[in-house]
Amino acid sequence: MGEFTMPSLGPDMEEGTLLEWLVGPGDTVHRGDLVAVVDTAKAAVEVETFEDGVVDRLLVEPGTTVTVGTPLAVLAAPGAAPSPAPVTTAAAPRTTPLVRRLAAELGVDLASVVGTAPAGRITQEDVRHAAAAPAEAAPATLAPATRRRVTPYARRLAAELGVDLEALPARDGEPVRVADVRAAAGPTEAPAPVAAPPAPAPVDPMRATIAAVMSRSKREIPHYYLSTTVDLADALDWMHRRNLDLPLAERLVPAALLLKAAALAAREVPEVNGFWADGRFVPGEGVHLGVAVSLRGGGLVAPALHEADRMPLPDVMHGLRDLVTRARGGRLRGRELTEATLTVTNLGDQGVESVHGVIHPPQVALVGFGRVVRRPWAVGDLLGIRPVVTLTLAADHRATDGFTGGRFLTAVDRILQQPEEL
Amino acid sequence: MTTHHLDDAAARAAVTEAVRRVVPDAVMPADDVPLRRDLELDSLDFLAFVEHLARITGVPIAEADYPALATMSSCVAFLGARHEP
Repeated sequence: MGEFTMPSLGPDMEEGTLLEWLVGPGDTVHRGDLVAVVDTAKAAVEVETFEDGVVDRLLVEPGTTVTVGTPLAVLAAPGAAPSPAPVTTAAAPRTTPLVRRLAAELGVDLASVVGTAPAGRITQEDVRHAAAAPAEAAPATLAPATRRRVTPYARRLAAELGVDLEALPARDGEPVRVADVRAAAGPTEAPAPVAAPPAPAPVDPMRATIAAVMSRSKREIPHYYLSTTVDLADALDWMHRRNLDLPLAERLVPAALLLKAAALAAREVPEVNGFWADGRFVPGEGVHLGVAVSLRGGGLVAPALHEADRMPLPDVMHGLRDLVTRARGGRLRGRELTEATLTVTNLGDQGVESVHGVIHPPQVALVGFGRVVRRPWAVGDLLGIRPVVTLTLAADHRATDGFTGGRFLTAVDRILQQPEEL
Repeated sequence: MTTHHLDDAAARAAVTEAVRRVVPDAVMPADDVPLRRDLELDSLDFLAFVEHLARITGVPIAEADYPALATMSSCVAFLGARHEP
């Protein structure tokens, strides 16, 4: 017997809300299979199991908020039959810290708010309704007795995608799930837009998380900063020649070359690839590059591209596109949010020439790429016009000294001068 | 490669559809405003836009053509020219 527990999906995560089960009792699962969707302040995250087994019992119902480490399901050994015991429901706390914070901001007494989520949990929306219309007992649109059974995440996704839940075909006894909403939304390849918050939203959970993590970084990490300018002429010539022969879907963009170069350099200089924990540096097991992705509607998330140094360049490109699409569509996986060993931010598309970043704890460095610009450049004894990029490193002085950080930047530069080996 | 003329209205509709595949709630900017700047498309977004545009119109688009896809006006001109029978 094993247990599947609420995972920690970030350095500041203390609890999470189970949004949806992706498996049920009797299902066989393997290590790495996605089993549930968990809500964090930053995103709905698909989480995987770290054990093989058969789902025996689900311990927690969707909509329930529990602390990190709380058992969510019991796994039996592979091949075992599920036990006939009924699903027990964990005692459901009424709300989350974010909602409590929002209530405090708006001066709303939570005791007077009617929760609309399963198990009577109070959502941010409930608090905003209560703040807007304190005299009303509950928003008029809510009719729990007649409302369709819908998993919380499916409801949220439906709102984001503009799907009318009442119009979905009914299935006997089954709640509407995310798959139903996606099917109804049509075969769109584009990620759902991040819903804009209502006008006077005082606390955005994403902002609150970024604020907490970045404040911790600047409080705890003695940053040092290095920068260098890299000539990209050879790398971009090589990329453009290569793209000539490729169909659109396989063409590269400069960001993929820069990411791969950073990953190879991190393998070469492992002192910048890993974590600061318990007063010492812990090297990362593999180079998992966190890719900073800005979200439409605001906010930022940096999911990991696993083993980026070992991926052929086309796979890096494909992985990058996939990660960005899923980050913006709110479908990241737990491992992607927790296992980055070194983050790369690329603000070049925003027209910025250089970025001196803030390290994402507990990582020990952050690599920044700016915009590729054409500049006068000495080539031998002549002056030429070359495409160049400003490459920066913000690093944790507890873990490395400037000398080591310098070796990393030099390695990235050298690697980009041999693009055919990327 | 192509069999019929892609008129301005059809080209315009194709560009709008390709943009909305990438930014579903996009409000299209004026004809001569750069799409990438106005819609904050990064290089991956722009590549996705080009892919959708090529698929919708059937017009092959090389990397060297990207500058011709800067604005709605230039996209319409490019698609019209490339789509002649």
